[in-house]
This record gives sequence, C-alpha cells and structure tokens, in this order.
Amino acid sequence: MNNDIYVVIEHLRGQVADISYIMLAAGRDLARETGGKLAAVLLGQNAQALAENLAADQVLYGENAALAEFTSDAYQQALAGLISENQPRAAFFGSTTIGTDVAGTLSARLNIPLVSSCSKISDGMIVSQICGGKIMAETKLADTTTLITMIPGGYKPEQGRGGPPEVKPVPVSVADLKVALNQYIEPEVADVDITKEKVLISIGRGIQTADNIELAQALADLLGGAVSASRPVVDQGWLPTSRMVGKSGQRVKPKLYLALGISGAPEHVEGMADAENIIAINIDPGAPLFDVAKYGVNVDLFDLIDPLIEAIEAAK
Amino acid sequence: MTHILVPVKLVPDLVEELQIAGSGNALDMTWLRLIISEFDDHAIEQAIILKERSGGEVTVIAPDQEGMDDVLFTAAAKGADRITKLSGDFGEGFNNHALARAFASAVEGLAPDLILTGVQGNNDLDGSVGPCLAEYLGMAYVGYVAGVSLEGGKAVIKKEYPGGLIAEMEVALPAVLGIQAAEQPPRYVAVSKVRQMMKETSIVEIDAGDLDPSGGLDVSRMYLPEAAERAEMLQGNEKEVAARLVEIFKEIGVI
Repeated sequence: MNNDIYVVIEHLRGQVADISYIMLAAGRDLARETGGKLAAVLLGQNAQALAENLAADQVLYGENAALAEFTSDAYQQALAGLISENQPRAAFFGSTTIGTDVAGTLSARLNIPLVSSCSKISDGMIVSQICGGKIMAETKLADTTTLITMIPGGYKPEQGRGGPPEVKPVPVSVADLKVALNQYIEPEVADVDITKEKVLISIGRGIQTADNIELAQALADLLGGAVSASRPVVDQGWLPTSRMVGKSGQRVKPKLYLALGISGAPEHVEGMADAENIIAINIDPGAPLFDVAKYGVNVDLFDLIDPLIEAIEAAK
Repeated sequence: MTHILVPVKLVPDLVEELQIAGSGNALDMTWLRLIISEFDDHAIEQAIILKERSGGEVTVIAPDQEGMDDVLFTAAAKGADRITKLSGDFGEGFNNHALARAFASAVEGLAPDLILTGVQGNNDLDGSVGPCLAEYLGMAYVGYVAGVSLEGGKAVIKKEYPGGLIAEMEVALPAVLGIQAAEQPPRYVAVSKVRQMMKETSIVEIDAGDLDPSGGLDVSRMYLPEAAERAEMLQGNEKEVAARLVEIFKEIGVI
C-alpha cells in the first residue's frame, strides 16, 4: 500500500458535481497527514476536459466506451482493478446516488473497510455524521485501503478547484455488464421553480397531515414566497417532487428559508445550507437543523403559526 | 414465479434522545427505541406493489432484533407471503458487513429472483447493507431506486439523480436494488390485521451462525454534535416569538 489518496470524480452529463471538489478539499487534508499524493480518478469517454479545474496533484484518467454514462457495475469493475493494483491509502466517493452504489460493492469485493457519511477530515480522523446528523463518529484510517463516502458541509467546493493538473491515462477493463442505461427522464416542468423563490416556507414530517400544508401556504402567500418540502412530505404524495429540497431534490438559496417541522438530516441540509437566512421551528430541541439555522424556535409549530400570521398581517 | 426477497433491519428512532455508551465509541443501546428503517419499509411496499402487479411471492427476512416480530407480522399483514428471522447475536451493535454476510448465507437457500432493500439506514457507518449483499451474492446492485418493473429476465428501474433527474436503467436478474422510495407511500394496516397474522402465520427461523464483522470499522469515538454554531434560540411565548420573527423578516427585507 502507498500513501496516496484517490478521489473518484463524479460527473453527470458533462458537468463535474460539486461533491467532487468538496472531496478534493478533504482529500488534500488527508494527503497532508499521510504524506502521499492527491490523485483525482476520472472515468468516462471523451471526458478528459473535465479534469481542468480539479485541484489534484495528478488526474488518473480511465477512458472506455462503457464509462460514457455512469452505471454502477462499469464503475465498480474499472475501480476494483485500479484500487487493487495501486493500493492507495484511501479513496473518496460521494455519499451520493453515484458514489454509494460503487463504494459499497467495492468494500465487499476487495474486503476493505468503508467509512460512510464523512463530512470532515480532522487531525487525520474521518469525522462522520450518522443518525440524521444527531451523532458524530470518528474513525481512523485502517491498515488497508480505506474507502470513504463524503457528504457536503465541512468544505466549500471552491477549496477543491484549481488546476489544470497533470493528466495520466490509465488502463481500465470493463466486461460482461449487468446494468445498462436506457435513457434519462427529465424532471417534470414545475408549477413553481423553488430555486428562484426569495422566500421558502419549507415543511417536513412535523406538518403531520396534507391538510396542514395550507397553513404553510398562507405564510408563503403573506411573505411572497412558495412552499417547499423535505423528502417525507413528497414521499407521502402531499407535494410534487419539484418542491423537494435536498440530495435528490433541488438546491435552494433563498433570502429566507423558514423550516417548519424539519429535523435537518444531512440529506436535507445539503439542499438548503446556502440559504441566506435559515429559521428553524421544531418541537424537538435536539433537531440538527438548529445547528445550521441562524434563528431557532423550539415550540410546537401549530401553536406558533396563527400568532405569526396575525403578526405579519398587522405589520404589513 | 418471481420470488422477491426483502431484507430489513431496525434502526434507532431518531425522535428519541440518543446517548453514547460508556465505551465512548458506540450508541448506548440500553434505552434505545428501535423502529424499522424507513427505506426498508419502502422496500417492503415496493415488493408488494410488484407482486400485486405481476404476481410472485414476497419473503421478508430480518435479523433477530428486539421488536422485530411485530415488524415481520406487520409485513405479513401487508401482503408478504413468508416472514423469516435470522437467529444470531444481533442483540448489541452489529455492522452492516456482518449483517449482509448473514443475509447472503440465508439467501442461497431461498433463491430469489430479485432482492429489494432500503437504500440506507440512518445508523449506517460502514456503508449500507444492499451493496455488500449484492457483492457477496455476485449480483448487480443499483441504489436510489424509486420505481421498478419486471420485464423478462430484467428489472427496469428508475434511479434518482439530483434536481429531479431520473435515469431509467435495465438490470439483469437476479439483482439487488436499494430502494429510496416505493411507487406509493407504505400502506397502513390495522392492528387487528397484524394480530390476526400473529395467530395465522409463523416466523421461519434460520440460524445465521457466528457473525463475521470483517470489513467493518474500528470507531475511535462517538459524540453528540458540538453546539458551537447553534442558532440563536428565540425565547418567550408564541406572541413574543411571532413579534420577534416579524422584526427579523423586516431586517432581512422580506416584509
């Protein structure tokens, strides 16, 4: 094993995902500890140009027609070969719809450990957030190559931008694929584009029933904004997917993000952490969103909404 | 006939207060309330939707954790044909690699065509169960799935990407799919129906033998997040808080 740190670059339809730059920032912290090089691993077809802004010592570029679009088994095969042959000290993947598919299977295939949900490297320790952000865990690098999946929060994407780095082509072999991409299905055209709203009244599990959404809508109407939601509300079918904020939903940066009954799991925070003013209203004093918000109110939201509506009406 | 297997596990109920064990590197399990992982609940729902749409049989399999019997009888009440429990040392904490190995050894005798499990659990630290299970069984894995249909020897799935983008993929069977969301919310079943299942059905037990936790992690420390950057908490009764919020709305220019 050597001391190098790999960062598996995520890209989709010609765009490098922000998590890739965040991983490079974390990888730089870890490489400083191990004394190795920071290598970005870029897989694709005609994708070399995506290496341009990667703040890595080196880009290992694996080109193959089967890697033109992401599929879990093509990526897994390519990376299993690369990692077992070169044995880096650690390899970062996004804790994303792309990275987790690959990191988990590689861990089992190569029998090496996987540390998930890392938000920060601190003094060489891998700091993870589990239990919806309510528990932190610190893990050391193992004696073998350690795989790490990364969530946003501890670094800004700008910290991982730089370059252009040296690009080194590496051979990758991919065969007998069991997964194939048929097509991409574009998101439905939304009645409201929540990424463009200045005010979002965002609702979570705490809203309890579909009927209660009208309370949030009343607030949104008064403040000239729209209602958005965390995943559980959308999974219940109470609001369309286009209103979902978070990992699989939209990333929003409104002037005001008023969160009603949203606990603040990392998957949700990922979509709204950059909002200018976050106010969290939650009955649970331990809700992780209070660690992200500027202002917090620890009350039953149903006790607060009516007085709040009255106060806004009086102030207008 | 299509046989769909659904491995599930229990996770901490995050509504409850979580505490760290005296060892300083694990959750305190003493008072921990465990509930079915919500994504596993979606996996059960998706399996039953597939069965209702195209026929087949659904088996739900789970480690022998305290409170699991209720979860399994609830699954039976929802429409699972068989409920199975892995007996083994699942009392204290166990990692997902060990659980995936235990599932894999049991799966060999069950010969499923498709395995659906939750894409993650809230306490996953060594990765989630699905990808490990797929690899131990030599099957393909695709996660973040929010829609499955079966066509010939393939599953046609909808995989979620950020921003609402969906990738439609074909996966050769047998395969393991990590379910993010079922095509409809998990159905509700009346307690009376669950009780009826307790009388009419029995849980099949499979011995998981000794657990093999290799590939898991050596955690140095667990702790509650430090509240260094905590929000300014607004105090007072509802009227006072509402008045303060209006002031803040004015300061930031939304009123």
